[in-house]
Amino acid sequence: MLQEIWYTFIDFVRTFGALQLFFVRLLVNSPSIIMRRGGLVVKQIHNAGALSLVIIMVCGFFVGGVLGLQGYSNLSKFNAEDSVGTFAAFSLLKELGPVITALLFAGRAGTALASEIGLMKATDQLSAMEMMAINPLRRVLVPRFLGGAISMPLLAAVFSVVGLFGAHIVAVNLLGVDQGAFWQQIQSTLEISDINEGIIKSIVFGIVASLLAVWEGYNAVPTAEGVGRATTRSVVISAISVLILDFMITASFI
Amino acid sequence: MQQTRSVELGTGLFVLLGLAALFFLTTQTTGSDSFSGDETYTVTARFQNVGSLKDRAPVAMSGVTIGRVTSVKFDPEALDAEVTFVIDSRYNQIPDDSDASILTAGLLGSQYIGLQAGGSEFYLEEGSEIQFTQSAIVIENLISKYLFKSGDGAE
Repeated sequence: MLQEIWYTFIDFVRTFGALQLFFVRLLVNSPSIIMRRGGLVVKQIHNAGALSLVIIMVCGFFVGGVLGLQGYSNLSKFNAEDSVGTFAAFSLLKELGPVITALLFAGRAGTALASEIGLMKATDQLSAMEMMAINPLRRVLVPRFLGGAISMPLLAAVFSVVGLFGAHIVAVNLLGVDQGAFWQQIQSTLEISDINEGIIKSIVFGIVASLLAVWEGYNAVPTAEGVGRATTRSVVISAISVLILDFMITASFI
Repeated sequence: MQQTRSVELGTGLFVLLGLAALFFLTTQTTGSDSFSGDETYTVTARFQNVGSLKDRAPVAMSGVTIGRVTSVKFDPEALDAEVTFVIDSRYNQIPDDSDASILTAGLLGSQYIGLQAGGSEFYLEEGSEIQFTQSAIVIENLISKYLFKSGDGAE
């Protein structure tokens, strides 16, 4: 029993170490891919970023709208409904923007990455590349990782801005909060460090979610069941890592 | 070829949109400072009580931000607080007998230094000290004063 736990633990540490090494290999290969095969990265930014735009914008709008409603109904008890903009901006820029975008990103783009790479492995496409002396890590994994990592901060920024407009529409246009007060309160309370916190979070989450998706796909058991499992694992592990990292980054900023 | 073009176009639009969003967040949602702080001169003032005045708090005259607080220190010899702040060099004609008070922006807002012009013919310059200061209003003191007063009135 104890021995089993010990072996599980050792196994976990070993996988964790392998993931770090994998990450370093991706990073080492990144500059030359960006320089020489930029087109591959552009295509992946399109897949991971541009195609996720609609879901991000729709979700952002409604999350912002809910913040406007909730903020208004609670703040109006203290006659402080002018602060609803600050409330929405703080929530969106520091927490909900990066976190929800990362979760949606893991669900929309991460699963696509993991299953695509897993299926390539299951159908021996990766081995075929190796036979042709093409390094699949450089040709397949690095562009996908970079595409995801570059797209995520941009998506998070779009999410936050659309969310702010959602909150604006609900609070100002529907509930009658003064428009000047809405923006003025945001501008006087929000500081550049708050925005930096959100940007740093979205960069970290983008790297983590893309890394885990690519890693799970690359290490999938090359069967139909294995690919499905890898896809599920990439979402689950990304979500857990993102939320744990969110706690750690927030704590480090306070 | 046609497909590559549309992919590139879509990606370009997406990246531009993302960057525009980042730009919006960094410029439109944070307070735009009228105070640039390129060339400044340093002035000090001593207060009995600075309340919750912090570094980088604005220094305002007639409601316009003209400077920033750079340090708030306790002076162990004079037993009061020494506040150092910089004022934009464009505003170099502030009378040296102006008085500085610590005010609060709004009911629960952050604190700032408000300058009130005096009548002197000499101006504040690098290193000068403001003689007339008014401390921050501490709400507990106000309440206790009020309580004492009403107590006296009842007698």
